[in-house]
Amino acid sequence: MKCRIPALLLVLVLAGPGFAAERIHFLIPGGAGGGWDATARGVGEALARAGAIDASSYENLSGGGGARALSHLIETADRQQNTLMISSSPIILRSLRKIYPQSYHDIVPVASVVVDYGALVVRVDSLYLKWQDVVDDFSNNPRGVNVAGGSSRASTDHIVAALAFQKSGLDARQLKYIPYNAGAHAMVGLLSGETQILSTGLSEAIALADQGEVRILATTAPERLERVPDIPTLTEQGVPAVFSNWRGFFAAPGTTDTQRLQFERILAGMYETEEWQSVRESRGWTDFFVAGDDFVAFLNQQEQEMSALLQELGFLN
Amino acid sequence: MIDGIITGLYTAFSPINLMMVLLGCFAGTFIGMLPGLGPVSAIALMIPITYGLDPASGLILIAGVYYGAVFGGSTSAILINAPGVSGAVATAFDGYPLAQSGRAGKALAIAAYSSFAGGTIGAVLLLVFVPILAKVSLSFQSADYFALMLFGCTAIAAFSGKGQVLKAILMTLLGLMLATVGEDPSGIQRFTFGNADLYDGISFLLLSMATFALAEALIVILKNAGGSAPASNLHSSSLGSLSVSREERNDIAPAVARSSILGFFVGILPGAGATIASFLAYGMERNLAPDDKQDEFGRGSYRGLAAPETANNAASTGSFVPLLTLGIPGSATTAVMLGALLSYGVQPGPRLYIDNPAVFWSVIISMYVGNIVLLVLNLPLIPYISKLLRVPRQLLTPIILFFSLMGVYLVSFNTVDLTMMVVIGVIAVVFRVLDYPLAPLLLGFILGGMLEDNLRRALLIWDGSFAFLWQRPITLTIMIITLLTLMVPMVSTLRGGRRFRHPDTMSE
Repeated sequence: MKCRIPALLLVLVLAGPGFAAERIHFLIPGGAGGGWDATARGVGEALARAGAIDASSYENLSGGGGARALSHLIETADRQQNTLMISSSPIILRSLRKIYPQSYHDIVPVASVVVDYGALVVRVDSLYLKWQDVVDDFSNNPRGVNVAGGSSRASTDHIVAALAFQKSGLDARQLKYIPYNAGAHAMVGLLSGETQILSTGLSEAIALADQGEVRILATTAPERLERVPDIPTLTEQGVPAVFSNWRGFFAAPGTTDTQRLQFERILAGMYETEEWQSVRESRGWTDFFVAGDDFVAFLNQQEQEMSALLQELGFLN
Repeated sequence: MIDGIITGLYTAFSPINLMMVLLGCFAGTFIGMLPGLGPVSAIALMIPITYGLDPASGLILIAGVYYGAVFGGSTSAILINAPGVSGAVATAFDGYPLAQSGRAGKALAIAAYSSFAGGTIGAVLLLVFVPILAKVSLSFQSADYFALMLFGCTAIAAFSGKGQVLKAILMTLLGLMLATVGEDPSGIQRFTFGNADLYDGISFLLLSMATFALAEALIVILKNAGGSAPASNLHSSSLGSLSVSREERNDIAPAVARSSILGFFVGILPGAGATIASFLAYGMERNLAPDDKQDEFGRGSYRGLAAPETANNAASTGSFVPLLTLGIPGSATTAVMLGALLSYGVQPGPRLYIDNPAVFWSVIISMYVGNIVLLVLNLPLIPYISKLLRVPRQLLTPIILFFSLMGVYLVSFNTVDLTMMVVIGVIAVVFRVLDYPLAPLLLGFILGGMLEDNLRRALLIWDGSFAFLWQRPITLTIMIITLLTLMVPMVSTLRGGRRFRHPDTMSE
């Protein structure tokens, strides 16, 4: 009996309302070095260094392009009350395509933290000067426009390009999307001349454009970004294609409202810290804090749009 | 440009940076030697240490770790048949048979000399040609890469010249099939059986550790159940001998010269890299070798060891061209290095050597220093390292099993991978017992993915037409070389008919 009392006390302390503030466990659905990994660790380190949480721990659980971590979070929910899983648009795309047996509806969305918009990029010597040039060329000869991307068909890079073509009034099914196995290789494809357009993330595109090798024709941001005021959006070129590749956090099913609000409060507080600002600067991320019901509404809207687009492209049966 | 080089010299030879090279090479060699841990893990481990350093020192340290790990990887490939990086697979083809026949010291010494030569020649080419090489690395399109990968497949001939043509082809096909497991680039699941753990396909490390290291360890156990003999019982006294005779040196030198140039240029291509370079060099040297030497390939040929080892290092140096001049990482390792550069606030690209000459040139110059350090560091250690083979089997085998399983687990953190590894290892043992060569399986697996991806892209871009095979000059040239490589031995065999079949001894 003697040893039970301290153990019981420990349980009470751990289960207390302040627990989430003490320690956050980050579940990362991909391996070390990927985008999910960088974001989760960046957020965790900023929070720990700023003193918002006492400790952070990380668990990389790759498999099934994220399916394994999602299942794990659901199956072991009762042990995951201080866990935040990082995810992004694939959780919607892959759930729609039934690659993930579960979806974000089965877990608790907490908040999105950063965003990277899609960018459509051409070589500096390209004849395309504005998006309309691409549209004209494509209308004349759809087979002559090759679009490179760093991921497989029906994943983010393809979706960004397809959305831009669809909203330009073109047939997105005729789009020639050339998949490469990494953004860097897609870039080589563009520079070697075998493709005319590269669909990639804006932060990656800015770094390449700074070196003078490529030009950014348009982004899928809703409006021009402060960081790069010269880069036009598709929207202002008359194409209402907005796509936000958010990265955000999800909690295990059964997370109480109190706990969810606690996570939300910690994440919201992060943006004011110097630690976060230095992480964000070095990574070229754009803040994008959408939490709670707004986040759920945002996800629902993106799910609806993606579903329609995938349907049109023939990826949903 | 001269100013830049001088600034680079100053930076590279400052005491702190010399120490960084030394530290990096030492740590890299040590980590790379552990089966299952390659340059990616080594660099990932070192990056946090470099955060406090200035960019040049940090990058020099990381580059040191990189060549150290590439070099260390060949050590585990030679001694225990555990190539932890795909670039070291071809090194194991001849290095392991050499070590098994009691020439471990010599094999390691040849590997050290070849690495040094490859790295140094690569660094010279880099220093002289870097500004114009950026164009070369962008001249290859998917169609050309497809032809290059096809050419790489001719290296399989090295395993089929021993009366095993059919077996080698079958194993290559099996390798190609294994490469198709997972989600394909059109977003379709192949051979996953609805199992989420197979969606990402089978990783190279897993397959390599299972078919080479694990199978080897299991065979040892089966062969000598309960025995306490040392892992290699042949010529134990000469295990650590480094002496390479003049004759052998003359035999190897031309191979080293050819392989370093070939390796460097293949390394420049962002879609090829060190692995393809090592296979191409291995295949090239076998084809160029006189008939009596050809049969040694795969059974302990000095040339067969020197060629891929040289090419691998030259290509690693070459891969800095797209990284530094275009900001494009050609491999997982250079991708990690790019991440490190960005976190120091250095953006590689065409303007790097103008904006940041200290970083640019000091890295290139530190490559010479790194190569010398590696040689000086490793030659004296070889006699001790090769004594590893004298460790009793009941100790060595569990250590190999432990490190190869752990290496695979530390990449994915997925326990299913371990189960898969054991199953593949057991199947590999069955193949070994039935005398099927496993090297073509791994070769087919490595080339298969790239072969398919590039063919798919070429066909998409050319609207389903195979016209790229004759309309693109680079593709056509490589295809002709490939055909010649395949035809010439056949023709000479038909005409001469003097090449008789040898029983295979590689898998003993």
